[in-house]
Amino acid sequence: MSMNEEFRPKIVAFCCNWCSYAGADLAGSSRLAYPADVKIIRVPCSCRVNPMFILRAFERGADGVIICGCHPGDCHYSTGNYYARRRMTLLFSMLDYVGIERGRTRVEWVSAAEGVKFSNTMNDFVETIRSMGKNVRLGDLRCKN
Amino acid sequence: MNKIAVKELSALFSLIAENEQLYLPAEKGGQTNYARYEEGTRFDLSTLKTVKSAKEIFFPQSETLYTMYKNGKKIRITQQELQSENFVAFGVRGCDVKGIEVLDKVFLSAPVDSFYSARRDHGTIVSLACGEPEESCFCTVFGVDPANPVGDVTTWLVGETLYWRANTEKGEALTEMCASLLADADEADVEAEKTKIKNILEQLPYTNLSLDSWHGDATKEKFSSELWKELYKPCLGCGTCTFVCPTCQCYDLKDYDTGKGIQKYRCWDSCMYSDFTMMAHGNNRTSQMQRYRQRFMHKLVYFPANNDGMYSCVGCGRCVDKCPASTNIVKVIKAFAEKEGK
Amino acid sequence: MQELIKRMKELMADGTVQRVLGWKKGDLSYNPEPYYFNSAEELDDFVYDGFCGANLSKYMVKGSNLEGKTLVLLKPCDTYSFNQLIKEHRVLRDKAYIIGVGCKGKLSPEKIKEKGVKGIKSISGAEIDGDCKELKIDTVYGEKTLAYKDVMLERCHVCKGKEHMIYDELMLESVDTCDGDRFTDVEIIENLPAEEKFEFFRKELSKCIRCNACRNVCPACNCRKCVFDSTKFDAEQKANVDPFEESMFHIIRAFHVAGRCTDCGECSRVCPQGIPLHLFNRKFIKDINEYYGEFKAGEDAETKGPLTDYTLEDLEPGERR
Repeated sequence: MSMNEEFRPKIVAFCCNWCSYAGADLAGSSRLAYPADVKIIRVPCSCRVNPMFILRAFERGADGVIICGCHPGDCHYSTGNYYARRRMTLLFSMLDYVGIERGRTRVEWVSAAEGVKFSNTMNDFVETIRSMGKNVRLGDLRCKN
Repeated sequence: MNKIAVKELSALFSLIAENEQLYLPAEKGGQTNYARYEEGTRFDLSTLKTVKSAKEIFFPQSETLYTMYKNGKKIRITQQELQSENFVAFGVRGCDVKGIEVLDKVFLSAPVDSFYSARRDHGTIVSLACGEPEESCFCTVFGVDPANPVGDVTTWLVGETLYWRANTEKGEALTEMCASLLADADEADVEAEKTKIKNILEQLPYTNLSLDSWHGDATKEKFSSELWKELYKPCLGCGTCTFVCPTCQCYDLKDYDTGKGIQKYRCWDSCMYSDFTMMAHGNNRTSQMQRYRQRFMHKLVYFPANNDGMYSCVGCGRCVDKCPASTNIVKVIKAFAEKEGK
Repeated sequence: MQELIKRMKELMADGTVQRVLGWKKGDLSYNPEPYYFNSAEELDDFVYDGFCGANLSKYMVKGSNLEGKTLVLLKPCDTYSFNQLIKEHRVLRDKAYIIGVGCKGKLSPEKIKEKGVKGIKSISGAEIDGDCKELKIDTVYGEKTLAYKDVMLERCHVCKGKEHMIYDELMLESVDTCDGDRFTDVEIIENLPAEEKFEFFRKELSKCIRCNACRNVCPACNCRKCVFDSTKFDAEQKANVDPFEESMFHIIRAFHVAGRCTDCGECSRVCPQGIPLHLFNRKFIKDINEYYGEFKAGEDAETKGPLTDYTLEDLEPGERR
């Protein structure tokens, strides 16, 4: 698929300050590779991610959005990621319902010690989005020209 | 006077669309609104009232005015192009034509709105008489004749025939363009239809609505009435009445960052919204009562005060049909009439 | 209905309540409006019939700030919203005297018009004391007869039941109107290919004119300041620019009321463009039921909502059960 080889997806990753962002740091300092297509946005907790953030990311041309937080039970604020888990479960199901492919959104729990998991997750997610192609359904027409 | 068979209408629309842009009522998702005609568009001339009025064609709900681009320290501004192609608005009802007349007062008096004025210059209005007016109609109160609406061309749908009469130069030109499909007809053919419509109008519940106490000089008396404090109570503060209204002309200007440039666009605004005319110090109308009063005062008092007595309501009755809380301009007029003992 | 008016006048006379929140006769036969009646004389204009679809519980947000008690009339489905508003501390229970009124299904003027009825002069058969089986409509174009069921609001066909969840006293009879399952349409859409789902919603949502009627009528949308009214969040409120904005508005709105929406159906009733907005809310309700156990918002005024609660074993996002 020659077209897919040229396609460089835009990925937005919301990373929790306490675990996943540190996990990304570890991945970097361990010299593990993951594609530069991933743009990380640091949030205080995975439950800080407002569903509107995700839709806005798609509007502005993101092809995939991934949310990374502490493992359930390890939240810096005790319970934030439990709430995030319910919210994202419902939101992803809704996006699927309105015809946005389920693969474009993902939640992964990555701890500060899991640099390898971070890099593997990102590599895998980018590969998934690359095979799905460009996000054509949620973009804002005004941003296209 | 000309005529064309209803089954020929698709051919007529295709012919017009080949030469000019054509807008007409079309069905989409169970609702009828004005839409650009393309081959296969499901046009619908039988629905009396489109949800949004024909105002939309001349004054779209949202339109970009200009775009700003930044390159280093340089800023470049490109103006949105004005309407330069001719177009036809087909099937516009008498009330909506009158609504455009009201908008003309606002947008064509100095300073002229160039976007609106370009559309008016290039647009030809084909009006359609209302064969079956409904109970929420009260356009006759505002001097509209739904049996014989104005417009560049007036049409009547009688049985399986559409009758066609050009009224203006633009109308003549359109008739010329469609000549191959139009047959000759006699003015007398639509007289029966006109009489029929007039008879129906007399039976409608709102026909005898009186506007006697509403005029440009009534500001003080109406504004300070205690009635508003009761009337506004069901109002939810949504913008339905404003957005379906053929004469509401308030808009807001906003910026949108596309990531490559900033678009300055305008979009319909509603005086029912809490952030309407928001300024640095806040809003000048802070309660829903004030906002509610503003809408009707504007239509029935302020507008006639500034426009030789012309009301900015045309009696289409869309707000009567659509208000979620069933409050509307007719109830306001009636409540005042009752209070004033008329 | 006369006994109801009599009872309301009694309660007003003995000082139990200061006012009545009910429906006032419209000027057409199908457009009664929500109204605060302040005196017994005003109650002469009171009406309660098949066209009183408006859910009055949200008006009690304002009613709770008025002096003294307000007598509020709630239909069975409205009581769910009222409970939910108590839970959210937006209405005060002791400011309300609730008469739970019976319901025989509410009518949709839109559906009557879809049946080709025009120029309505009067409608009979919608009275609450009648059997609500047939509507006789006198129009300028002749007499029409319609089956009551055929022009009922969508929500009444999937009624949650005619039992009141909260009340001080009950009056008037109800008739069961449920003849469908509220999740049928949701399931049909769920089973479509992604392409068709997307086309369906794009077609429906592109009709949206951003009038905010759905939001303003919604008892669950009771924020003092809506995020879509704020100039600070880049969430434009007015523009009907691009289908994206409209999709986002409706998805986010449904999300904000998820777990709190009682499926009262007001959003779909008031939409001027007839967008089936309940399809969003019911999707969330269905998911919540499947993922976190049966939950009926507004069944009581205490239970924690599903989105303000969690368990350690919750489903992971993206997983299907």
